[in-house]
Amino acid sequence: MNWITNYVRPKINSLFSRREVPENLWSKCPECGTMLFHRELADNLNVCTSCDHHMAITPRARFEGLFDGGIFAEVKVPEPVADPLQFRDQKRYPDRMKAAQKATGEREAMLVAEGEIGRTPVVAAAQDFSFMGGSMGMYVGNAIVAAAERAVQMKRPLILFSAAGGARMQEGILSLMQMPRTTVAVQMLKDAGLPYIVVLTHPTTGGVTASYAMLGDVQIAEPGALICFAGPRVIEQTIREKLPEGFQRAEYLLDHGMLDRVTHRRALREELITLTRMLLALPPAVKGDLPPPEPEAAATAATADPAEAPAEAEPAKS
Amino acid sequence: MNYLEFEKPLAEIEGKAEELRAMARQNKGMDVEKEAAALDRKAADMLKDLYKSLDPWRKCQVARHPDRPHCRDYIDALFTEYTPLAGDRNFADDHAVMGGMARLDGRPVVVIGHEKGHDTKTRIERNFGMARPEGYRKAIRLMDLAHRFGLPVITLVDTPGAYPGKGAEERGQAEAIARSTQKCLEIGVPLVSVIIGEGGSGGAVAFATANRIAMLEHSIYSVISPEGCASILWKDAEKMREAAEALRLTAQDLQKLGVIDRIVAEPLGGAQRGRADTIAAVGKAIETMLKELSGRSPERLVRDRREKFLAMGQKGLAA
Ligand SMILES: [Zn+2]
Repeated sequence: MNWITNYVRPKINSLFSRREVPENLWSKCPECGTMLFHRELADNLNVCTSCDHHMAITPRARFEGLFDGGIFAEVKVPEPVADPLQFRDQKRYPDRMKAAQKATGEREAMLVAEGEIGRTPVVAAAQDFSFMGGSMGMYVGNAIVAAAERAVQMKRPLILFSAAGGARMQEGILSLMQMPRTTVAVQMLKDAGLPYIVVLTHPTTGGVTASYAMLGDVQIAEPGALICFAGPRVIEQTIREKLPEGFQRAEYLLDHGMLDRVTHRRALREELITLTRMLLALPPAVKGDLPPPEPEAAATAATADPAEAPAEAEPAKS
Repeated sequence: MNYLEFEKPLAEIEGKAEELRAMARQNKGMDVEKEAAALDRKAADMLKDLYKSLDPWRKCQVARHPDRPHCRDYIDALFTEYTPLAGDRNFADDHAVMGGMARLDGRPVVVIGHEKGHDTKTRIERNFGMARPEGYRKAIRLMDLAHRFGLPVITLVDTPGAYPGKGAEERGQAEAIARSTQKCLEIGVPLVSVIIGEGGSGGAVAFATANRIAMLEHSIYSVISPEGCASILWKDAEKMREAAEALRLTAQDLQKLGVIDRIVAEPLGGAQRGRADTIAAVGKAIETMLKELSGRSPERLVRDRREKFLAMGQKGLAA
């Protein structure tokens, strides 16, 4: 890595990074009721500026905040058969799909992208709770398989942000079969010796939790996220007693040994960079923009990367 | 005999025939045999008729019939030297999951299955076949054992689903299911699975991610119970008939979808009316499936299993 990528790229990217946000729009924090200005909220990654409540964030907004300069390329996901069971409840499944597509502007409940975080190339996948509750059907399965295949092909880590009510009932048994299918995808990464980091976001429940979302090399959750297999209401109906405060929330799971970390959304990017680079045995990330290069400094920068320096030189440096 | 709701007319006729015969036993000289035999014939016709084309909701009821042979019955009848191996080495032994080593036709294997229990006492003991994390972790341990010693694994699936309890969640139910599914995909030995009753959601997948999957004719395998699906999508738990229909949870539909490999026929009137025949048929299916996999290298068995699940569902019902 030379000074050009370190210095110039973030500057160029920052020209594109500011997302178009609607002006003069306010939304209410569901936790504390504070009215929040949209731009302020977007700048704070959809975290309430008053009470720190982590609101839902779309995969696109998340990727814009995650990747260097907000720049990423989408990884193509193979299209599954539409409405494989010809499912119909009170509505036809294709109609529900169309409505979700119209409401979100997205094709389905998962977005896969590649790019760099802290100049570390990664593949990332994020689930979209606003699209039919983020539910896992054939498409989400295909997305995870495609993400894993791309990560293996490019020898990159995979970072996955989960958010789902569970399996997509309208795909019946085929949604259930995404549990083993996505587990095969995790195996691909494992076989290739590539890191797989899961960030569990609110809510992650059902068959999603019981497959790829619990199989990460490192398991991080956002504060307050509900993470479970059976939801609290189902449990209360079964055991007929009130559940303790904070039951099945990220902090509760951390206390019970089910997670590695609970990390604030604002600190997440730095943490992912740190962990990813350690797992890949890369040197620490260069924080911020580098100073403009002097002619001699450029020559030093070229050998500053220990990965490129001769092995004998390392003890002398530390 | 426990009759299902849709079998009520049958119960009436069979009851009448029995009553007649009981009366004849008490009143010497009273001849009812002709009448009773006619009722028998009527009942037989009705049984044939009822079971000719069971709709999905009726299949759910048959799949959950309390008199169906359960895991324990299959283990007792089909295996010799069954030696249960208990515990997850972490917290407890889950009695909803049976597991251990045994011989099938003389050959050592590992057998794992959900057990629902057969009366009030055993049902409570077995938690109605709903495993807790310890059950999956016991299964993981047994699959590891099988892998290390090259023993085929046979799983018998019969569960309403994972247990929705406080402790089960605290101890990482989701993680336990995920790891069990992962273990199924990792082991370099033949893994064959039979769904003998209810294949309920993640709790079933954790055991049934197999090289070969068979289902009994009237068993079911579903992402959610019809009642659960109805209350979520129809906002009315009474719409379970519609939900059962829409979910495509019957063995026949699952074979069309390529999710299972074979259907094991049940005796007329369901497994509960011919327990021994059902158990024998399942035994035969297990042997056939194991034979199909014999001679395959550990690597090939793992690769085949992965490819099977990666390819699954790509064609939908049109397959
Ligand atoms: Zn707030």
